[in-house]
Amino acid sequence: MQTSCVARVQALSHRYGKNLAIDDVTLDLPTGKMLGLIGPDGVGKSTLLSLLAGVRKIQTGEVMVLDGDMADRNHREAVFINIAYMPQGLGKNLYQELSVQENLQFFGRLFGHDAAERRQRIDRLTKATGLDPFLDRPAGKLSGGMKQKLGLCCALIHDPDFLILDEPTTGVDPVARDQFWNLIDDIRADRPGMSVLVATAYMEEAERFDWLAAMDDGKILATASPDEMRRQAGVDTLEEAFVSLLPEAKQRKSAPVEMTPLDQAETGHAIVAKGLTKRFGDFTAASDVSFEIRHGEIFGFLGSNGSGKTTVMKMLTGLLPASEGEAWLFGEKVDASNAETRMRVGYMSQLFSLYGELTVRQNLKLHARLFDLPNDEIEPRIEELLTDLGLGRYEDSFAGELPLGLKQRLSLGCAVIHKPDILILDEPTSGVDPVARDEFFDLLADLSRGDGVTIFISTHFMNEGMRCDRISLMHAGQVLVYDTPQNLAAESASGTLNETFIDYITDAMGAPETAPEKLTGLGSDQASRNHSPRLVRLFAVSRRETLEVIRDPIRLAFGLLGSMLLMLLFAYGISTDVTGLTFAAYDQDRTPESRAYLANFQGSQYFNEAPAVTSDEELRRRMVAGEITLAIEIPSGFGRSVATLQPTSVAAWIDGANTIRASTIEGYVQGAHATFLSTRATAAGMSGMLQPKVNIEPRYRYNPSFESLPSMAASVPAILLMLFPAILMAVSISREREIGTITNFYVTPTSKLEYLLGKQLPYIGLGLINWMILTAMAVFMFDVPLKGSAPALALGAVAYVAASTGLGMMVAVFMRTQVAAVFTTVVVAMMPTVQFSGLIQPVSTLEGAGRILGQLWPTNYFMQMSVGVFNKALGFDQLGPNILLLLPFAPVFVAVAVLFMRKQEA
Amino acid sequence: MRRIKNVFWLIGKEFRTLWREAILLLLVIYSFGPSMYVESSGAGGPLNNAVVTFVDEDRSTLSRALQNALLPPRYLPPKEAGADQIDRMMDWGETTFVVVIPAGFEADVRAGRTPSLQLNIDATKTMAAAVGTGYLTATFNEEINRFATGEDLAPVSPLDLVLRRSFNPAGETAWLRSVSSLLNQLSILTIVLTGAALIREREHGTIEHLMVMPLSAIEIAMAKIIANGLVIFVAFTFALFVMVEGFMDVPFAGSEGLLLLGTAVYLFAAASIGVLLGIVARSMAQFALLLILTITPIMILSGGMTPIESQPAWLQPITWLLPSRHFMEFAVAIAFRGADFSIVWLEFLWTFLLGAAFLFVSLILFRRSVSGG
Repeated sequence: MQTSCVARVQALSHRYGKNLAIDDVTLDLPTGKMLGLIGPDGVGKSTLLSLLAGVRKIQTGEVMVLDGDMADRNHREAVFINIAYMPQGLGKNLYQELSVQENLQFFGRLFGHDAAERRQRIDRLTKATGLDPFLDRPAGKLSGGMKQKLGLCCALIHDPDFLILDEPTTGVDPVARDQFWNLIDDIRADRPGMSVLVATAYMEEAERFDWLAAMDDGKILATASPDEMRRQAGVDTLEEAFVSLLPEAKQRKSAPVEMTPLDQAETGHAIVAKGLTKRFGDFTAASDVSFEIRHGEIFGFLGSNGSGKTTVMKMLTGLLPASEGEAWLFGEKVDASNAETRMRVGYMSQLFSLYGELTVRQNLKLHARLFDLPNDEIEPRIEELLTDLGLGRYEDSFAGELPLGLKQRLSLGCAVIHKPDILILDEPTSGVDPVARDEFFDLLADLSRGDGVTIFISTHFMNEGMRCDRISLMHAGQVLVYDTPQNLAAESASGTLNETFIDYITDAMGAPETAPEKLTGLGSDQASRNHSPRLVRLFAVSRRETLEVIRDPIRLAFGLLGSMLLMLLFAYGISTDVTGLTFAAYDQDRTPESRAYLANFQGSQYFNEAPAVTSDEELRRRMVAGEITLAIEIPSGFGRSVATLQPTSVAAWIDGANTIRASTIEGYVQGAHATFLSTRATAAGMSGMLQPKVNIEPRYRYNPSFESLPSMAASVPAILLMLFPAILMAVSISREREIGTITNFYVTPTSKLEYLLGKQLPYIGLGLINWMILTAMAVFMFDVPLKGSAPALALGAVAYVAASTGLGMMVAVFMRTQVAAVFTTVVVAMMPTVQFSGLIQPVSTLEGAGRILGQLWPTNYFMQMSVGVFNKALGFDQLGPNILLLLPFAPVFVAVAVLFMRKQEA
Repeated sequence: MRRIKNVFWLIGKEFRTLWREAILLLLVIYSFGPSMYVESSGAGGPLNNAVVTFVDEDRSTLSRALQNALLPPRYLPPKEAGADQIDRMMDWGETTFVVVIPAGFEADVRAGRTPSLQLNIDATKTMAAAVGTGYLTATFNEEINRFATGEDLAPVSPLDLVLRRSFNPAGETAWLRSVSSLLNQLSILTIVLTGAALIREREHGTIEHLMVMPLSAIEIAMAKIIANGLVIFVAFTFALFVMVEGFMDVPFAGSEGLLLLGTAVYLFAAASIGVLLGIVARSMAQFALLLILTITPIMILSGGMTPIESQPAWLQPITWLLPSRHFMEFAVAIAFRGADFSIVWLEFLWTFLLGAAFLFVSLILFRRSVSGG
């Protein structure tokens, strides 16, 4: 009995906060079959699959997969090479910037296949899926159907025994969907032992499966083969069978709204497009698209993925300017700046684009406000919509936490809240379950026939197409045909719209793609399915990360050129030599002696003279206003006193608000004073009298001319090499979590350390390249020679960049979003790096917390090294202690990251 | 009117969003609280705990008097070393200053032979070197004069120089530091919050959604500027009264109200920069890099760390474009010099105009970036 089940679930429950997603489910999944999990949105299908795949942490209950407990880490890790999981969402687990080939290579490497084996497997899979002509195309530029095929290839590369697919065909056009299922059939024919578990909301797809589990509200309603299910319910279609399983309250309340024929008397056109064309570079997304849509008509837009439907819709809303052609709404030309027209249009974009952090009610209210509904109408209108859309019980849920189907309803609610005359809906029912979809279309029918709203809708569903007044088929940016759905359906042999659609598209594609080869020979070499060595996986991650960095040249340029620019700004800009200070004389004496005294300031490069001060009041006022930073007050009788050697004093008033500047000025003033004394004494031949007793000879070591540049050129790289690598690293880790590719880490045998170090290596490399560039700038641009041991400094740089990337990694592990990761890294790293690492003040001169922080921060040690090598000609022996101090930072940061990183979702 | 209402509703939404990002608010509190305190109090004077080593070959009363004249907190107790050790010590960074007192130094002073006192300075520590040299010279001169007076050798120089610092007579570094640290936190937080709010809307596609509504780019941008600015403004007010004036005990010469007004103007400028970055960047990674590129000059070249006057002539016009430089000027003027509106209005105006210019550029790029992205 044990062996005939690929997975068994016992008393499993799962909660998200207070929402119960899975409610005490017990289920046995038979081996070697095509298993389907059907049910509407948000009933817990995805959660169940992710628990089976080991992506999510089990809360209560037991999940046994391939004869082992998924709560047991050892079993999970052992079994990952036998499970493959494809998450929901088009290409969600793919690296969009990487090519088809590179994606596959990455997965092959993760599973430890050698080059020859990878080649063989990739060729076999891509030939079978028809992806072989596109090996070099980035995954992000594939159509939805191709993305899913690629996702499947990536999942199949290691010959899994258990393939878990979460809504793999959602958002994929019928042609591609057909190909996808044929492919699965081929794979199963080749590997009869493999079990495939698919979650789907398409009932017609479920017909293909051997065994179905119907799910609703976190519970399994029934398990049976499709035939049995229909028989038991005594109905003809699986869809009806499923609905009959639902509790009374959830079954369809009413018969589908009959589409009354459109009132032909209404002849005006609500939307007119003439020759709309949009080009992105040399790619034509839409070419010469023309149509006329009458008032109150439901106009359907059907087409394969990437055929340009969205582009046309965006041009109609004014979001995208058309390259050529024109469009009119209500007879007025589409104009992005025309707010009046926009008041009459409702738009729903393909991706959910409401505020996830606002509740359902808050979202509706915001839209009502922004569409300027009168205050007293807002509440009734919201109540009305909540009821119509069946969102009443969710009004206080956050929109982001709703299942897809409900999100779509909410989006529609927001789009119609102001009762627009035109609705433009971009695949509003994609990913929505059949019941909800039907209800959704009822709403539309109501709007069109009841309120006379003109609706322009794009969809993949043929039954929705049939309910439109007219439809147009689009492919590769061109409208192939447009007519009533009934006429179009009649064109094909079987009389279905689906077939007509496929015919048109295959025609349009010209020569049909070469019939894909049958997939054979998968799973022949069991021997290679050993655990791959750790380092192989680590380098696989590094390699992929490196490719991703190279594919984003803008990021690379910002990083490298940006640091060069800052080096230039700071090396020249941070300086303590203050020149051009404004000073004013307050000469109450006006004798040759007083003028001689002042001449020492007037001739100085440090001071610019401002008009003289004439009164105490004026002195104060001008200093408050910041007009002068220094005033020299010479008392009356100064000349006489100097001549007769009577004691007298000169006062220097310094603007002390800026303390750093004030200290420097004090030094200058003392210098000028001393100069006056000695020249005066020499001139008077009174060397014994006024001459200083001692000559204090300052010798500026390492930097005899005492310029800031040599020490800044050495210090600034330490700052830049902390900030840039840390940020890049933090973003790289948090980004994977946000876009979902982190799932690949969850479901492969990659360990936390392999993953983190693998991701870190490329950024250490990037940091070192950056260090070399900055060093070259110092040597060749600023003429600051590298006097000491370059290898020692290089070694320090490696340890330092490892530390800074480690910091970014550590921060990112704790943060949920990219925003938070970036923000925290900047806030945490900026102050100690810039203020407490010795850039301006040596750490040893700091006080209190600042000093401790400076001593605990790696920048301090690297900056000392850099300054020492550039300016003091230090060697390995003198730098050794600093290198040793720098070394532990990275391991500590990485260790904390590994400790707190999770290998499963909560 | 409609526009103002729209901005108002959008601000409400921004607040809700912020409220849900608890970590961001936590960072705001951290920045204006502990972080600021550490930053402004940690600096000490421009010369603090300086390490001075003496090579005393004279071993006289005078040479010992010179050593004893160096007192904490400016100096650590001086060390002594042999002439052969000083190169090594300076190489290893163990000492910043080495004073070499030659044999027969005191005798030469007595005899009026003007002996030389060699002062070796580690010039790689630029700030300490510049300030310390002046201080050491003055202290030594004073000590030698006192010695000469005591010994009745010769009359003290009859011409005395009195140094008077206005506004901050004791030269408390923490005063200036607290203002520059306020500025740093203001800039970082405002730019990050506004920019990130925009990027997030772009990444989630919600901005596109806003663009098809009867809203204009300026309404969307203004809502972000006002909402995020307001949050920072509250935090700033807290930091000013509680942290700066309360905890750090920095006396305030001018009007706090005027500084708050100036801060509001500065927040507008900083938030506009945030909006601009959020529009130019195509992803969070790019935004983060652009952020470093703007925020570091804003912090380092504003005049808070090193004086504006010390920047090379070609750089000064460039830093003039940083609103932070204007903030620093008026904030220092108001806080310490007690300047009133008639003095700082021009800086306010420049700050505002710079902010308006950044916002203007953002709005031009706005629609393009939304549709292109």
